[in-house]
Amino acid sequence: MTLLFNLLIFPGLLFTGFAGGLLSWFDRKLSARLQWRRGPVWFQPFADLAKLMGKETILPAEGSRPLFLFAPVAGLAAVLVASWIIWLSLLRPEMGFVGDLIAVFYLLSVPALALIVGGSASANPLASLGAGREIKLLLAYELPLLLSLLVPVVQAGSLRLGGILAHQSAAGSIAGSWSGLLALAAAVLCQQAKLGLPPFDIAEAETEISSGPLIEYSGPPLALFKFTKMLMLPVMPLFLVTVFWNGIGSSLGGHLAAVAKVLALVTAAVLIKNTNPRLRIDQAVKFFWGPVTILAASALLLALFGL
Amino acid sequence: MKTIIPIGPYHPLQEEPEFFELHVEGERVEKLVIRIGYNHRGIEKLAESKTYDQVIFLVERICGICSTSHPIAAANALEDLAGIRAPERALYIRTVIGELERLHSHLLWLGLAGHFIGYNTLWMWAWKAREPVLDIMERISGNRNHYAMMKAGGVRRDLKAEDIPWVLKTLDSIKPDIDLFHKALDDDPVLHLRLKNVGVLTPEDIAVTGALGPTARASGVDIDIRRDEPYAAYDRVEWKVIVGSAGDVFDKAWVRVLEMKESIGIIEQCLRALPPGEIDLRLKEMPPGEGIGRHEAPRGECFHYVLSDGSSCPVRYKIRAPSFMNLTTNYIAARGETVADATLILAAVDPCYCCTERMAVVSGGRRRTIDGERLVEISRRKTLRLASELGVEPESTLKKNGPRS
Repeated sequence: MTLLFNLLIFPGLLFTGFAGGLLSWFDRKLSARLQWRRGPVWFQPFADLAKLMGKETILPAEGSRPLFLFAPVAGLAAVLVASWIIWLSLLRPEMGFVGDLIAVFYLLSVPALALIVGGSASANPLASLGAGREIKLLLAYELPLLLSLLVPVVQAGSLRLGGILAHQSAAGSIAGSWSGLLALAAAVLCQQAKLGLPPFDIAEAETEISSGPLIEYSGPPLALFKFTKMLMLPVMPLFLVTVFWNGIGSSLGGHLAAVAKVLALVTAAVLIKNTNPRLRIDQAVKFFWGPVTILAASALLLALFGL
Repeated sequence: MKTIIPIGPYHPLQEEPEFFELHVEGERVEKLVIRIGYNHRGIEKLAESKTYDQVIFLVERICGICSTSHPIAAANALEDLAGIRAPERALYIRTVIGELERLHSHLLWLGLAGHFIGYNTLWMWAWKAREPVLDIMERISGNRNHYAMMKAGGVRRDLKAEDIPWVLKTLDSIKPDIDLFHKALDDDPVLHLRLKNVGVLTPEDIAVTGALGPTARASGVDIDIRRDEPYAAYDRVEWKVIVGSAGDVFDKAWVRVLEMKESIGIIEQCLRALPPGEIDLRLKEMPPGEGIGRHEAPRGECFHYVLSDGSSCPVRYKIRAPSFMNLTTNYIAARGETVADATLILAAVDPCYCCTERMAVVSGGRRRTIDGERLVEISRRKTLRLASELGVEPESTLKKNGPRS
């Protein structure tokens, strides 16, 4: 019963979904203001989802239909479970398990895998091109992201999110140290690619390959992909706040500060999104395997020296 | 893996229906097939059934973006036919309208180019800067597009003296925006990554394809009809032709941004030195003969030819829009590039398909393009058939040159 409540109401579908919708609106509104537009009303993301849910599902004639329909569900489920593990360690640190950090890391890459599988299953040339780009992008940013996540692990000496949080409440936030700050910077750049925002919206590149893997999707499956993307907006920054930036604290002040931190990370993502053109996939791979990996690796090195 | 990436006939990249087939190996474009013809409206044929005054309105409908380029070229052609020159004040007003159009067209392109590389902020900002230009157009002509300002022997509307200070002030308000775009282009490293060394065209490529306008000038080919064969008031004001060197997408953008600054300069000089007097010669009829008119449209030289037999309608009206010449550069520029760059390259010539369309017949899935020679042949065939049906002896020249097959 508690499990069902956790998955469906808090911190699962309903709560994270609502937060995701609001943050998606925040992204759209802020982008609009930066572009001299008015932007949508606050419930527009929800209205979009509701409308998509009522639309017809058109299945591609070729390709694998079960995979095509399974992919969006898998992506959504993975983010929900990841969100649940993060919240569990924030609210009841003793409930976490060894390696939950690694579990969250992998769960958060499932939406990208779902996009690859779903896109490939549609047998559309543009979708397979987009899926190919998503694979390259995933390979490119996972390495520096993992390296930067190792910094809190080294500093706290624990693979548990609860352990990292306990270390932070005793010794101050990870981002307060030099190694932590550099690692957070690298992670923020990886977050941009994980959220699929410009300059790394290469897999979906609307004006090049017409939304790539999503091109054949319509109706509820498309809504699930969009919803998954919305959910990533609170979950990914919350994950970074948890491992680098003190979590949500235990007092009301700590909670409010955590909300501000998540908003700050999302704002950073929106600002990067609106001030950069889309990169080419080879340039993005070079960027992540070059400067970002060096940044994350030097952070890890500093952490090993105790800085 | 070899695949065909279809761009079109309807695609988010394109604002008009056209079809590009990118034959790709992975992400690399090996071959490009361009298909146009989705927008054909038979304007040249239509022109033969319109009076000269109506022809100007007709050619204005060729394109919404260069909606004054075709009328200016048409007015030049008709004045060439009639052997007259429009009054001085009309020439200045033509120049102002022509340059305002270049300004809004280049801003439109800049915005679209931003959108194509996923830089939607640039898109919105460029189009925000475009709004005041359209406001000026509205104040002067009553319309944001399709200004209906040109006619053979003059212009249709005068510039009001009380509007001029407002126009100058409004132009001043977009100068900072254009400076901002210039600076962004010069300084933004990510823009350099995406635009430099992409879709390079050498001067030889320009010569082979016959490309025009900013596409040619970006490759260092110094051509501009406004300077080379001055018309309107272009030889009465100070300005320079912007010429790039690298021939890549970056230089195409750079040429256009700097041309906008020149345009503002030309407009300001024309407005300050606007001579008094008549704006229209009130032309009554056209003599028999031929006339050609040219205008440097935002996309390059726009060419109009008119053949008259002295009646109120042209016998033949021929239009060559610059995009028709620029389009073929894509065969060279897009080959060997990635899909991501190819889409940008296709857009970099600022293609305008409704200007370009030629007749195409699609039957049973097979496509044939009918060229001028073939049209003449079809027409001759029909004449011979009608002649034999009526039992009339066809003219000897027609018989002699009759259908070849």
